[in-house]
Amino acid sequence: MKKIITTIILILPFVFSISAQVKKKAAAVKAAPSSVNALASITRGKAVYTQSCIACHQADGGGVQGLNPPLSKTEYVLGDKNRLINIVLKGLNKDVEIDGEVYSNPMPPLSHLTDQQVADVLTYVRNNFQNKASAITAAQVKGVRAQK
Amino acid sequence: MKKAFITSALLILAGMLGSFRFEKGSGVKNEPINAGLKLPAGFEANAIAENTGKPRHIVVTKEGDIYVKLQRLVNGKGILFLKDENKDGKFEVQSAFGNYPGTGITIKNGYLYASSDQEVFRYKLNDKEEVIDPLNPEKIITGLKAGRQHQTKSIVLDNDGNIYVNIGAYSNACQEQDRGLRSKGIPGCPLLDSAGGIWQFKADKQNQSYPEGIRYARGIRNVMGLDWNQQNNCLYVMQHGRDNLNSSWPEIYDTKQSAELPSEVMYRIKKGDNAGWPFIYYDHIQKKKIIAPEYGGDGKKEGSKEYIDPIVGFPAHMAPNGLLFYTGNMFPERYKNGAFVAFHGSWNRSPEKQAGYFVVFVPFKNGQASANWEVFADGFSGLEAVMVPKEAQHRPCGLAQGPDGSLYVTDDVKGTIYRIAYNKK
Repeated sequence: MKKIITTIILILPFVFSISAQVKKKAAAVKAAPSSVNALASITRGKAVYTQSCIACHQADGGGVQGLNPPLSKTEYVLGDKNRLINIVLKGLNKDVEIDGEVYSNPMPPLSHLTDQQVADVLTYVRNNFQNKASAITAAQVKGVRAQK
Repeated sequence: MKKAFITSALLILAGMLGSFRFEKGSGVKNEPINAGLKLPAGFEANAIAENTGKPRHIVVTKEGDIYVKLQRLVNGKGILFLKDENKDGKFEVQSAFGNYPGTGITIKNGYLYASSDQEVFRYKLNDKEEVIDPLNPEKIITGLKAGRQHQTKSIVLDNDGNIYVNIGAYSNACQEQDRGLRSKGIPGCPLLDSAGGIWQFKADKQNQSYPEGIRYARGIRNVMGLDWNQQNNCLYVMQHGRDNLNSSWPEIYDTKQSAELPSEVMYRIKKGDNAGWPFIYYDHIQKKKIIAPEYGGDGKKEGSKEYIDPIVGFPAHMAPNGLLFYTGNMFPERYKNGAFVAFHGSWNRSPEKQAGYFVVFVPFKNGQASANWEVFADGFSGLEAVMVPKEAQHRPCGLAQGPDGSLYVTDDVKGTIYRIAYNKK
């Protein structure tokens, strides 16, 4: 009996961590866009990415060491949507530190893109390069653009 | 029930042990032939040091020891001194000093010169060319402009007591909105008064800044590789050309043209020269100086004749980070007085394949390129083709010549230092 209790105590943390992982995954799947609209947005976003982003951020979203920041699994891409939308609309002219590496090339504003194009390219980026996050809508971009 | 628990506990334990053993077992390493480099027949390469951080420029003393400048501090230090004490072909770090990161390092007339992004220091050497007092260098130059791009300072000395420093332009093409879509050039590009050129200072005077310096040449966007040619007593520089022709001017340049233009150029620099950035760029396909789109260009209109012509026009974006005129006696005769250029490798060619990531050789005669350039050392990236820069295993950066005539190359990805030698057979 003692043995069984010891075993249970030993195993318990693993069971918890596994169930936590399953829960996390479920949440991620829920957040990822699955509607037909979102999938169409991702497809259109790829075209915007190829025209406006690929030269600096690269085909794999990996960026360039010391110059252009990566887009895969970073807080800038997966975190606050308003901040992310603003980076596209207003550019970014300050050093960015990601995983101990500093990136310093300036990014120009891409405010010439339509609300839909910004939404599409960000939804594409948030669901590529090992990212899995919710879609960004044209209405959200419009809201951020209207703020200033 | 009891059995099942014990079994699962055992399985989990076994899995943990297995993963530990796997990690331990992966430490074994075989050294590849020529340290993974492809070289012309008769040459061989060795990795003489690895994992040194981010080494940029490098200099070898007359004793065969090495000083290397680090782009990022390691344990608070930015210069490494390496020596191969037991002569086994592997160099060990003997000491580290200089609490500033940077790029430039060179030796002249009994002093080691090294740069941060705003300053240049010098350290007195003993008769073995070892730094006597690493804690107390003289500050030769201070207060140089350093933006968030092209901020590195490369240095070289002439034979008349002068030091030359590159001050890179903190802009891509001097647009009103840097790298912006259809953004026009700022009239006259005022930043050229204190950047975008080569400045000359006295090699032995302390605390010089712009008022004490001379703007030796202007209209040069950014230089990392530079060297003094001892044959014709003249400065040569490699310019990093502009980026983003397509993303800024999609109506004039398609992505393919943007990947191929403008040329990365080698200039021979005389006092007062103007190379024309940002108003023109060199197109090595048309063999013409073309007006930049920011200043009214359409990809065809030729720019003013007042701007100097390049000595060599290489393909675009390959990032020439090191230049060295070979004066040694180890390599075959045709290499003597020719130029080696270390191309760090491109990023601004996407979606096309990247280029560079190699060291090239340009044969020279009397200070002029006498034949086409050729790839000398390739294979740094470890890839057949580099599509994205991040995947390159190594990227060549700095060049130096050893007292025996061997060539040293730094890599700032993994911190490998290569020695390339010629074997007479």
